[in-house]
Amino acid sequence: MKYLIALILGLLTGAALAAIGIVYNPVAKTPGLSPLAVSDQSLMQLNYSAVASSSIAYTNNGESAATPHPQRILQLWEEPIRRTDVMMTPLTTASGEFAGLGIKFMSDSEASRLIEGKALVDSNWYVVLPGQGTFFIEQSENYWGFLKEVVLPAHWSSADSWKGVWNGNVTDGPGALGTGRVHGGHGVFSGVNSEVVESLSAKAYSSRLGPVAMQGSLMIDVPVSSEITANR
Amino acid sequence: MFKTYILGVILGIAGAISAVVFLPVVDQARENSVVKVAPNGGITESFHINIPIDRVASGSATTAIPEGLEWPEELASTRADIYKIRNVHDEVIGVGSRVTVQDEQQGNAIEWVLHFPARGSVYAAMQARQEDGSRTGVLRAGTREFSETLGRLTERYVQTEPEEGERRGRIELQSFLTRQRDES
Repeated sequence: MKYLIALILGLLTGAALAAIGIVYNPVAKTPGLSPLAVSDQSLMQLNYSAVASSSIAYTNNGESAATPHPQRILQLWEEPIRRTDVMMTPLTTASGEFAGLGIKFMSDSEASRLIEGKALVDSNWYVVLPGQGTFFIEQSENYWGFLKEVVLPAHWSSADSWKGVWNGNVTDGPGALGTGRVHGGHGVFSGVNSEVVESLSAKAYSSRLGPVAMQGSLMIDVPVSSEITANR
Repeated sequence: MFKTYILGVILGIAGAISAVVFLPVVDQARENSVVKVAPNGGITESFHINIPIDRVASGSATTAIPEGLEWPEELASTRADIYKIRNVHDEVIGVGSRVTVQDEQQGNAIEWVLHFPARGSVYAAMQARQEDGSRTGVLRAGTREFSETLGRLTERYVQTEPEEGERRGRIELQSFLTRQRDES
């Protein structure tokens, strides 16, 4: 009997050590400087609040950390869309002025590999900038750093929350340098093919409510030849 | 007994790492794609949206669904609808948005984004003009399964019998995907 207890204790210890090793994996790559920081082209910045209640509409399966908004919005409970979030939000310029509308679709990615530090989300943005045009963004986002440094500490905290400062790029592809792709649609963006990096800046997170104070930002590499001049 | 404990630790580490490596972290539920081969090549796939039960949110200067949705006044000339998307078997397989922009400077736009979590997304820009009650558009971009395709999307609104005084209908979408994009 004592050998069985020793084996079980050993298994639990081993599993715990493996979990610690995975969470604090030194080999897992953490995104550093945005690849667009060294771009010689103009960058357009669009900001949004990543807090569900500050959006125009936010929905998911109703069981995730972020609470759907408004309260009576239809939830995504069907099996093929249970791991998907949809957000419709106002976008602002770097100076805080209204810029347009963004709709973001986010689905957990089957390419996620925790052993490699990849908690991936396949996401798309559809953006409307009134008076300018529309465009579409495809990207793969990696939330590993955010999970490790914000979400896990919030779960471990006796107050079920995290407060501090966390800044990080979440875009992880499909571009070779870890950038997302921009496909121009209508207006001045027609025919534009460019790159984007999305970043998050978190100040407070609750394991019950999701992000409490968090800002998102899209940095878009704007081709010099385009006529985009406003909101830069 | 200590040797048994160490053996347990080794097995525990190996088991946990094997589970993380070999078991999928995310396994998106899939419904079979129901596609037809078009006579002149390419494939067609039909989707639909039942109104109002598949409408997740709708915002414009005059519409706010659900109750409590606050539409920015700066978007007075824009209407955005978010829907659940169904396949021909009436199963929900994705979500999508339809946005209409009325813009004096840049012209009007009607655009769809269809997002299928297990497959990818398509982005289509529709023509303003309708023919025989339907409107056609071109695929501007696609991701994952749709990343190397060209094609078009057709939309049609079909009015159905009202129930309990509420207007009901169906948006029918048909995609026609033709060939791979040239990489050169």
